[in-house]
Amino acid sequence: MPFHTHRLPNGLEIIGETLPTSRSVGVGFYVRTGSRDEVGPESGVSHFLEHMLFKGTPNRSALDVNLHFDRIGAKSNAYTEYETTVYYTAVLPEYLPTSVDILADILRPSLRQEDFDTEKQVILEEIGMYADMPPFDASDKARKIYFANHPLGNSILGSVESITALTRDQMQTYFDRRYAAGNLVVAAAGAFDWANFVELVTAKCGPWTAGGQPPRTQLTPAKPTSGSHVIVKEGVSQEHVMVMAPGPAVEDPIRYSADVLSTIIGDDTGSRFYWELTHPGTVEASGYGIDTNQANGTLGGYFSSDPDNAKENLATVHKILRDVQKNGVTAEELAVAKSKIASRLVRRSERPMGRMGAIASAWINNREFDDIDTELNRYEAVTPASIRDLLTRFPIDAPTVVAYGPLSSI
Amino acid sequence: MSNTVHTHTFPNGLTLLAESMDFVRSAAVYFLIPAGCAHEAPEDAGLASALAEMLPRGAGDRDTEALMLAFDSLGIDHNEGPGLLNMFASGSTVAKNLPQALDLFADVLLRPQLPKDDLPAVQSQLLQDLQSLDDSPQEQVMLELQRRYYPSPLNADRYGTEETLKSLTVKKLRAFHQRLFRPNGTIISVAGRIDWPKLKDQVERLFGGWPVGEKHGLTIDPAHKPQSVHLTKDKQQTQITFAFPSVSVTDPLYFAAKGTVGVLSSGMSSRLFTEVREKRGLCYSVYASHEAMKDRGTIVGYSGTRPERAQETLDVMLAEFNKLRDGVQQDEIDRTKAGLKTSLIMQQESTSARAGAIARDWYYLGRVRSFDEIQHEIDSLSPRSVMDYVDAFPFRDPTIVTLGPAELKRP
Repeated sequence: MPFHTHRLPNGLEIIGETLPTSRSVGVGFYVRTGSRDEVGPESGVSHFLEHMLFKGTPNRSALDVNLHFDRIGAKSNAYTEYETTVYYTAVLPEYLPTSVDILADILRPSLRQEDFDTEKQVILEEIGMYADMPPFDASDKARKIYFANHPLGNSILGSVESITALTRDQMQTYFDRRYAAGNLVVAAAGAFDWANFVELVTAKCGPWTAGGQPPRTQLTPAKPTSGSHVIVKEGVSQEHVMVMAPGPAVEDPIRYSADVLSTIIGDDTGSRFYWELTHPGTVEASGYGIDTNQANGTLGGYFSSDPDNAKENLATVHKILRDVQKNGVTAEELAVAKSKIASRLVRRSERPMGRMGAIASAWINNREFDDIDTELNRYEAVTPASIRDLLTRFPIDAPTVVAYGPLSSI
Repeated sequence: MSNTVHTHTFPNGLTLLAESMDFVRSAAVYFLIPAGCAHEAPEDAGLASALAEMLPRGAGDRDTEALMLAFDSLGIDHNEGPGLLNMFASGSTVAKNLPQALDLFADVLLRPQLPKDDLPAVQSQLLQDLQSLDDSPQEQVMLELQRRYYPSPLNADRYGTEETLKSLTVKKLRAFHQRLFRPNGTIISVAGRIDWPKLKDQVERLFGGWPVGEKHGLTIDPAHKPQSVHLTKDKQQTQITFAFPSVSVTDPLYFAAKGTVGVLSSGMSSRLFTEVREKRGLCYSVYASHEAMKDRGTIVGYSGTRPERAQETLDVMLAEFNKLRDGVQQDEIDRTKAGLKTSLIMQQESTSARAGAIARDWYYLGRVRSFDEIQHEIDSLSPRSVMDYVDAFPFRDPTIVTLGPAELKRP
C-alpha cells in the first residue's frame, strides 16, 4: 500500500500517498484549528491569520513569499474552515523541495504590525464582498442561530467590529496556542518519493519547538436552537431558506449512510429535491447535504427562490423530509446514489489534490487511511437498514428553519 | 509527455477528437455545437438557455424520468448550457460507462422531446436566475460590461429579459434546434481510458446519419461604439470592470497577449495583486484576463472594493496597465512561464480538462496542438514579445463599467 506516516520528535506528523501515474504533487500543511477554536474577541482570527501567513517570515518578506511560489509555478493557496486551516501547493515533482521550504517557512510567520494593518483592510473587503452575496451571508447567519452558543456557530470571517478591534498581539497569542508542531499534519499525494519527502520536512520542521495537540473546547454535541427564524433583508431578490437538524459527527461510521441519504434527498439531478423543486421550476437553487465536525454533524437543506414561492417550497421540503423519515428510501434510489458517489470518488482520486484532501481528512479526523477501493466499499456497504438506523438516531423531519430575504414571515 | 490524440472528421462534417489516457479509470466527453446565444433573435433572448434546460427533459424513447435515471445510474455527471457562440454539453463518468453515455447524449442532442408541459417550469427557473443576478454583483457587472463593450449580437448573454423569457414557446425552441443544430461545425471530444476504433464506430453509428445543415453567419453591428457607464446600486462594495481590445487566439501575438496578462495577473507576485491588494490593501479580489473569440480578443480587468476606496482602486489598476509600456523584467516573464507550464502539465491529469482543451483547439485552430508545441510557445515568451504586444495594442481608452453606491471619475 503506497500510504505512509511518520511522526517527528516535536509532534508534527507527516503522511503521504504516492501515485505513480501522477505528473504533479500536492503538499498541504493542515493545522487543526479554525473558527470553533476562537474565544471572545478572537472572532475571525483563524482566517485573518491564514492571510498573515503569506505576509512573510524572518527569512522572507511578503513579496518574497509570493515571488518564490510563483517562480516555481506553484498553484498555492490556503483556506480556513471551522476546525481546520490548510496551506497547500500543487507543483511539478522537481519543485517539491522548494515547495516544502516555502510552506514550512510561512508556518512560522513574523506577523509584522505594518503587514497586519494593511491585511486588515483586505479582510474588511472580503467581509464586504460576502455581505453582497446573500447565499454566503444567509448561511453564516443561519449557523449562528442554529448553533446558539456552541463555537461551531462562530463565523469564519468574523465581523467588521471584531476584525477592526483585533490586535496583532491577540493574533500572536492565538498562533502560539494553536500552531504547535503537534497540532500539524503535513500531507502529500502524487508523484514523489516518500523517504525523500520525510527528509525534506524533517530538515525544515524538525527544529521547531516541541508542542502537543492543544485541547478543543466544548467537544460535545451542540444543543441546537429549534423552531423557525426569519432574517429580514430588504434589497435581496431571492428568499434563501435553510433547514438544519443534528446528523452524525465526523467520527461516526454511519456518516457514509448519511452521505448516501443526502444524495438521495438533495443531489443536483434525480433527487427528491430535484423532482419536487428544481424540475417544476419553483426554485432558483436547492440542495441537501451533511456537514461533519468533531462530536457534531448537521443534516441540512437549502433553497433559494422567488419570495412568492418560498412558503410553498418550504412546505414541499417539509413534506419530503417527513416522507423519507416515515418511509425510508427505495432500493432503486439507493443503487443510483451509490453509483453517482462511486463515479465522483473515482474521478476525484485521479488528481493529486483530490487524494491529498481525502487522506488528510481521514487521518486528521479518524486516524484512518482508506485507499480509493476501501472508500468505495464503505459506500457500497450502505443498506436500507443502515439508512433506517441513521434516521432513527438522527430524525430529519423536524428541522430548525432559517429564512433570509425580503419576507417577514415564512 | 503527450498522450495520444486521435482525430476524425465524418462525411457530414462532424469532428470527433479523442485523447487516450491509459492511467485513469474515468472518461469525459465534451460537445460543442454552433448554436449559442448570439444566434437568438433579440426578441427571443434567453432561448438558448431554455433549450439547454429542455434538452434533458425527455429524449429519444425516454421520458424525463427514464432519461435522468439512465444518466444517474451510470454515474454520469452532465451539463448542458449555452455559450455566446456555441451550445455546450459535457459529461464525465467511469470509463466503462462511456459508450452508454454517448448513446444518451445522442438522444439528448439529436432527438429531444421538448415537452410543452415542461416549458413553464423552465421559464420560471430562468426568471429566478435572472432575478438572482441582483444578488451576484460580480457576475452582474461583467455582464453589463459585455453588453456595452461588444457589438450586437456578440453582446448577447444567456439571461434574456422578463419579457423575452415569458414570450418563449416550444415552437420557437424547436425551430432554433432545427435551424442551428448541425454536424458540420460540431465537435465531439473524449478524453480518458478509451478504445479509439470502437469509439469511432459508435460515434459514426450515432451521429453519422445526422444531416448536414446550413451555416448561419452573424451580422455584427459595424457602427457599434463601446460605452462606459456607472450603474447606481446600494451595495457594500463598488464593482469595477474595464475592457481593452486585444488579439484572437489565431493571432501571432496571442501568446504575447497571454504573457502580458500573466505579468499583470498570473500569480500572487503579479503586478495587479502586488500593487492593489498586497501593498495597499484595497481589495480582496483583483485580476486581468484574456477573453478570446475566433476573430477578436479582449483584455478585461476586475476588482471589487468598498466605495470610499473604489476611486483609488480604479486609478491604481489603470496605472498598472499603463506602466507596461515602460518595460517588463525577465523575472516577471519567467514566473508567468512557470505558471503556464504547471497548468499545461496538470491539465494532463484531468480527463474533463483535456476533453475541453482539445475541443477548443480544434474550434479555434482546426487542429489539436501537441504538448511540445504549446511548451515551445510558452518557452518563446520574452520581455521583447510582451513589449511587441504592448506596442501593437497600447492600453488606451478603456471601456469602464462600475456598479455601486457612487460614480467614479473615469480618465
